[in-house]
Amino acid sequence: MLHIDKLTKTFGQGDKAVTALDSTDLNVGRGEFAVVVGPSGCGKSTLLNIVAGLERPTSGSVTLEGEHVTGPGAERGMVFQSYTLFPWLTVRKNVEFGLRIKGVSPAERADTARHYIAMVGLEEFENALPKELSGGMQQRVAIARVLANKPRMLLMDEPFGALDAQTRLQLQEQLLRVWRQEKATVLFITHDIDEAILLGDRVHVMSKRPGRLVEEVPVDLQRPRDHTVTVSQDFARLKKRVMDRLFRELA
Amino acid sequence: MQPMHTRRRPIRTVGLGLLTFLFLGLIWYGLSWSGVVKPLFLPRPEAVLAAFGAMHEEGILWQYTWDSTYRVMVGWALAAVAGVPLGAAIATSRRVAATAGPLMEFARYLPVVALVPLTLLYFGIGDAQKFAVIFLGTFFQLVLMVADTVSRVPKDLLRAAYTLGASRSQAYRLVLLPGALPGILDDLRITIGWAWTYLVVAELVAANSGLGYMILRAQRFLAIDRIFAGLIIIGLLGLLTDWGFKLLTRLAVPWSDKAIK
Ligand SMILES: Nc1ncnc2c1ncn2[C@@H]1O[C@H](COP(=O)(O)OP(=O)(O)OP(=O)(O)O)[C@@H](O)[C@H]1O
Ligand SMILES: [Mg+2]
Repeated sequence: MLHIDKLTKTFGQGDKAVTALDSTDLNVGRGEFAVVVGPSGCGKSTLLNIVAGLERPTSGSVTLEGEHVTGPGAERGMVFQSYTLFPWLTVRKNVEFGLRIKGVSPAERADTARHYIAMVGLEEFENALPKELSGGMQQRVAIARVLANKPRMLLMDEPFGALDAQTRLQLQEQLLRVWRQEKATVLFITHDIDEAILLGDRVHVMSKRPGRLVEEVPVDLQRPRDHTVTVSQDFARLKKRVMDRLFRELA
Repeated sequence: MQPMHTRRRPIRTVGLGLLTFLFLGLIWYGLSWSGVVKPLFLPRPEAVLAAFGAMHEEGILWQYTWDSTYRVMVGWALAAVAGVPLGAAIATSRRVAATAGPLMEFARYLPVVALVPLTLLYFGIGDAQKFAVIFLGTFFQLVLMVADTVSRVPKDLLRAAYTLGASRSQAYRLVLLPGALPGILDDLRITIGWAWTYLVVAELVAANSGLGYMILRAQRFLAIDRIFAGLIIIGLLGLLTDWGFKLLTRLAVPWSDKAIK
């Protein structure tokens, strides 16, 4: 479904040039939950931004269902690490944003928005402003906002990175439920190994800068999963494998 | 908890503000009645009141106040109408920034007072000259302030809009503009204060009417009570505009941090 082919990205020129990505390949199948882990500053966000079309690669290509990615588009929805709800819009109006741009009628987009707000469990906050919500709630709205747009693919750049451990666990489980319900295709970035294994079908380990995918770890844990899986033997085995590979990068 | 706090604050701040004025008034009263300061330098409060009455009778109180207000409004509105779009354009287009930016930076360091003689030469002493002085005094500053305000809208909000399918013009209209609005209102509020300053400067130099003109005449006739009356009017008008803008901010952008103050 998503093909990333020999993607290279260099920022700046001459002496100051920084190569963030070096000939990276990655494939994500339809309905797959793909996770990329890597050390800080290795180029994870750069990779995702290029897939989102927010940045241009220096060389290489990204195709989604055979179409070349040349710029941002609604079919690749993105959830950012920072809070990006529009502060002047209520929760529902935020979730309606993409539909409004598509020209969907007010009644229909209100229905769709309510459906996804309910999916992330925030019915009571439909008319609240973002500043009245906690960080975790804001990220749930951000996820609903992307889903309401019915993207072909979900891009998530450490969406839970700024949240406390408990909230993060809750949101991870909620994301798993939503993913199953929506049969979504996800490319998820994190530097939290537990999160990677709990969520992913496949964990891609990235090298330190310049980033390249150095190992692919299939996660053969049974679905549906919840946080109890994180204390299982199989989980520990996978975690060790990912960790060993990461530490080799850091050494 | 937060809403309760914010609802109670305005009342208390207004009360404290009034108290300050009351306190100053008492000092004024004490100083002028005790004879510590001669009436030539500090008029008695009731003399100033009488001056208000006299000016009202002469028909110049409202006339001059209106003349000045009108000049400020027109001069400042011209600056706003031209300055806000240009500032936004500088913030969003590299080409516009390269073309207009340096000129703005240069022009804003020109002291407006030094330009007054030129404006007199070009526009005479009528309203047009007042508009010109106010425009020159506020336009360049406003452009740079708005450019700064617009460029401070978080980039991630725009990026989010693009990944939700927004075109560039949609992102500007639906995200950049509302995101910058509270800051722009603040910029407008600040520049209208400067507009008053420049107007009075212009009226002090050359005018046939207006509060600055009134103050200058009063000085020639040593009518210090009228000078004080003029200052009080200017101060009150400033206070009123400020309140107006704060009210507008609360109504137009209730979601913003700026709406609470
Ligand atoms: N616009 C830019 N200009 C110059 N250098 C950049 C730019 N964006 C990123 N970089 C550099 O590219 C490298 C990779 O950045 P990137 O944000 O992709 O890393 P990351 O893996 O997402 O890091 P983190 O884990 O901290 O989120 C970094 O060294 C960064 O300094
Ligand atoms: Mg990052």
